[in-house]
Amino acid sequence: MTPESPGTRLFDRPLRELGRAFLFLLTAISRMRFTRLQLAETLRQVYFAGVRSLVIIVTCGFFVGLVLTLQTYDTLTRFGAGDAVSTVLALSLFRELGPVLTALLFAGRAGTSITAEIGLMRATEQLDALDLMAIDPMERIVQPRLIAGMIAVPALVLIFNVTAIVGGVFFAVFLMGNDPVTFWSNMQASVELGRDFFGGMVKAVAFGFLAAWLAVWFGWSARPTSEGVALATTQTVIATAITVLILDFVLSAFML
Amino acid sequence: MTEAAIELHDVTVRLGGRTILENLNLVIPAGKVTAVMGPSGAGKTTVLRLVTGQIRPDSGEVRVGDTQVEKLDGKALNRFRREIGVLLQNGALFTDLTCFDNVALPLREHTDLPETLIRRLVLLKLQMVGLRGAAELYPRELSGGMNRRVATARAMALDPSIMLFDEPFAGLDPISLGVSLRLIRDINHALGITSIVITHDVDEVSELADQCAIIADRQVVATGTPSELTDSDNPLVRQFMQGLPDGPVPFHYPAQDLADDLLAMEKRR
Repeated sequence: MTPESPGTRLFDRPLRELGRAFLFLLTAISRMRFTRLQLAETLRQVYFAGVRSLVIIVTCGFFVGLVLTLQTYDTLTRFGAGDAVSTVLALSLFRELGPVLTALLFAGRAGTSITAEIGLMRATEQLDALDLMAIDPMERIVQPRLIAGMIAVPALVLIFNVTAIVGGVFFAVFLMGNDPVTFWSNMQASVELGRDFFGGMVKAVAFGFLAAWLAVWFGWSARPTSEGVALATTQTVIATAITVLILDFVLSAFML
Repeated sequence: MTEAAIELHDVTVRLGGRTILENLNLVIPAGKVTAVMGPSGAGKTTVLRLVTGQIRPDSGEVRVGDTQVEKLDGKALNRFRREIGVLLQNGALFTDLTCFDNVALPLREHTDLPETLIRRLVLLKLQMVGLRGAAELYPRELSGGMNRRVATARAMALDPSIMLFDEPFAGLDPISLGVSLRLIRDINHALGITSIVITHDVDEVSELADQCAIIADRQVVATGTPSELTDSDNPLVRQFMQGLPDGPVPFHYPAQDLADDLLAMEKRR
């Protein structure tokens, strides 16, 4: 491909952007420091990114569990396998839906907020102010948010799964009158702790890291204008959605 | 003769293919308030960024005391920056921290002082700018002028020997402006530090500065006391000091002749 060919033009910018994002990540990791102040800031970010996402996670989790059970139960009863609904519910949640949907919700709720916050910090010279006070913005701003993403998303996945199962129980047991003992024992028998539960948690950590990395990167590299920050928040959601789904396929392929 | 605190020798800076400063020479005396003035876009803030080591000159040298700033990086640059306080144009306070925590931030990051001592120091700094009572307020609860005063307290937190003020009077009401003027002057005289005020507010400078430097055409075109500059014969200095709309700095953006432009429109019809 010549420098002017359409192929070069198509791939040149995204590849450069990807390279810069990787360098940014390597810089952040290489300057990692664990001090008391860092720990306090990380906990604060876990609160902002995690605790404040609880409402959306709990609400969506409950309704996803409800609708998943409704659709699955309807299909399974046609084949006389209505009792297997808890198995399908648990496996879908632990292996795929829990981590993926939580990561997407996290990107929409916390990722955009991180991007906008850092973008505005750039626009209002707060990052320059840190630099001028000899405080490394990577240390103070980027690292706590990266670590917070890796802590918050797995915790949110657990909560999402629990509320989705509650939604499933509500539909299958309370509305459809299924036997609760069969529901729970089928679920317990079909879910493997290692492959299903911990496999899902591995995905959750990976997605949390990815979502936080993309959020801080797009905020960091945003043009310091209102439209630059708006564009960066949009890019965060789009990039996180696409990369989470791609990574989910790759991780699932390795885990099965 | 007063000792020089900051010296820029033959400094040239090019940014984005444009020459911002060319062979600029500037000496800032120690213990005085020096105003660096000039039209918008003349490169005043670039001088500030050179002194703080945020950018490096393409050629020339920037000396602060015995330190050659352009040669510093990493930890040495961070150590150097602890000696300098900077007030950025809009204050740049952290909006998620209270005024108290904003001022305490550099102390907590760079010292091992116990929290009780940090509390005393922060309250003293806030008292200095008249905002001890606003310690627990967030920046969004304060006016623009108050924000800048808190930011001044934060810049002074580590007792720097040099203070840089970037456009400290921009957009302030007359009361806030008067307060800021007095504050900068009092800090300088009380602590004997070196202050640089980047500004284009001529009236305020005459009240505040011991010395002025005017930057235009990528160089320092004049230096002297405010009264010397006011009486200057240099057309550019006179245009700037008297705020004349036209002169060496033209009112109109470069364009072809107006009549040609209008005729061209007629022809297109």
